[in-house]
Amino acid sequence: MSASLDHGLPQPAHDGTDAEARPVFLTEPRVLGLPASAWPRILAPIVIGVLALALWEFVVRWKQIPPYILPGPLLIGQTLVADWGTLSGSLLITLRITFMALAAAIIFGVSLAVLFTQSKWLEMSLLPYAVILQVTPIVAIAPLIIIWAGDINLSLLICAWIVAFFPILSNTILGLNSADHNLINFFQLYGATRWQTMRYLKLPAALPYFLAGLKISGGLALIGAVVAEFVAGTGGTESGLAYRILEAGYQLKIPRVFAALIMISMSGIAIFLATSWISHLLLRRWHESALKREN
Amino acid sequence: MDTAYLSTPHDEKTGGGKPLVSVRHVSKQFANGTLAVRDVNLDLGTGQFISLLGPSGCGKSTLLRMIAGLGAPSTGTIEWPTTSHDASGKPERDLGFVFQDPTLMPWANALANVMMPLILKHMPKREAEQRSAEMLELVGLKGFEKSYPRELSGGMKMRVSIARALVMRPKILLMDEPFAALDEITRHRLNDDLLELWWKTKFTAVFVTHSVFESVYLSKRIVVMAARPGRVMADLDVDAPYPRDELFRTSSDYAHLCRVVSGKLKEAIGS
Repeated sequence: MSASLDHGLPQPAHDGTDAEARPVFLTEPRVLGLPASAWPRILAPIVIGVLALALWEFVVRWKQIPPYILPGPLLIGQTLVADWGTLSGSLLITLRITFMALAAAIIFGVSLAVLFTQSKWLEMSLLPYAVILQVTPIVAIAPLIIIWAGDINLSLLICAWIVAFFPILSNTILGLNSADHNLINFFQLYGATRWQTMRYLKLPAALPYFLAGLKISGGLALIGAVVAEFVAGTGGTESGLAYRILEAGYQLKIPRVFAALIMISMSGIAIFLATSWISHLLLRRWHESALKREN
Repeated sequence: MDTAYLSTPHDEKTGGGKPLVSVRHVSKQFANGTLAVRDVNLDLGTGQFISLLGPSGCGKSTLLRMIAGLGAPSTGTIEWPTTSHDASGKPERDLGFVFQDPTLMPWANALANVMMPLILKHMPKREAEQRSAEMLELVGLKGFEKSYPRELSGGMKMRVSIARALVMRPKILLMDEPFAALDEITRHRLNDDLLELWWKTKFTAVFVTHSVFESVYLSKRIVVMAARPGRVMADLDVDAPYPRDELFRTSSDYAHLCRVVSGKLKEAIGS
């Protein structure tokens, strides 16, 4: 009895079940800096892509399809190199509009979402209009925006922003409202202010939802920028990739159309990879979506 | 441990002087009409270890949350006679709360989770870090400061939750079935460690549970509640001395106490 009455400090850390259940992070062999299991994910699509391109080139040569109907991948590649000067300038213009629109979408989307969760009245009154903005086809209202905004770059920006901002808004609202109820109670217990609850609880809880929205909006901003420019059809030195495609189409320079298309697709893929990477970096320590499981 | 017995009614529930919390004629009716708690009177004395024992739906959690200030009673009052009140007349409740789930912030590591109450009270970060690290050590989690909740086992998460509740050094610790979801071995260990913490730091503990064994092992006093509507059926003193340990858990006194409390609980359920 005397031994068992020894009440000193609690000493649970090394004597039993749960304290020793610390996770063991298994290390995988690495090949060229990447985990071995990551390579099939990278190589398989590349092999498929190369095979498809080879088949395309073969069919074009075998059937002797003229380049103004369908150019082969080799010709497209040559055009891409030859026209790089003009095309890369246009790409930069398109990307500039894309990223400005995305930035505006993030700022407006998140601020509006925060505002809406602070006031049910604001949400009830304004959210329907955000939905209307979202469901109206951008092609249909782009001409109006171009007339009203006056400046062509500004109108392109507005169009891309309208397309991009809704996923961020709606996902962030969902995220802000999905903070754990007991955690909200816990913050109440310690008399947390609205601002403290927002900063320490609701914003971190909304982060995974916001990032999911960002992944969608990144691609949409690019699409918005390209579509708006198609409608605007601006020419001159300050034009983006969409106008280059229109222009090359009129002149039947089809290889150039393809080259520009490839640049747009590659940009879209790069934006998607970048947003996915950001999302992974921010969530990998704690969120279910970013965790690797053994079973 | 020779004189262990149950006494009721007991004379000195408050441990002398004013109680820390005084619950008077408290009822709670939810919006859907359910009468969760009916006319409960309870004094929580300083330094006690009190269990609220009852079947599910007896309003024990609701009562605990009302004591914490989460939801006001429909009728009756909950007073804090010894606590200072702010300008609007609300008591500045000096309490810690442990939820049924660990309720940790998954994006913050153990240390940051424990620090949160201090941060919310504007304590400088350094000081908050130091105090939280001490608290983690006290609950047996030294070395796990940087671990995220998902990297911790269920029992360890509960320890973090307890550390967070105690980091403000509250006068009273309210616990809402904190160990219900844990396995038996882990629960016994946490029971032991909780008793040690209570023995050393001298807070008042209010522990909601539906386990007779747990309540007898831990408490100085057991409040047995009945359901539909939630009400107090019996108020028992457990006079077994502290410190209690594995020896007490296997003693015939303990078995006897459990049998008596079980009987009271059966009466409460049958009524």
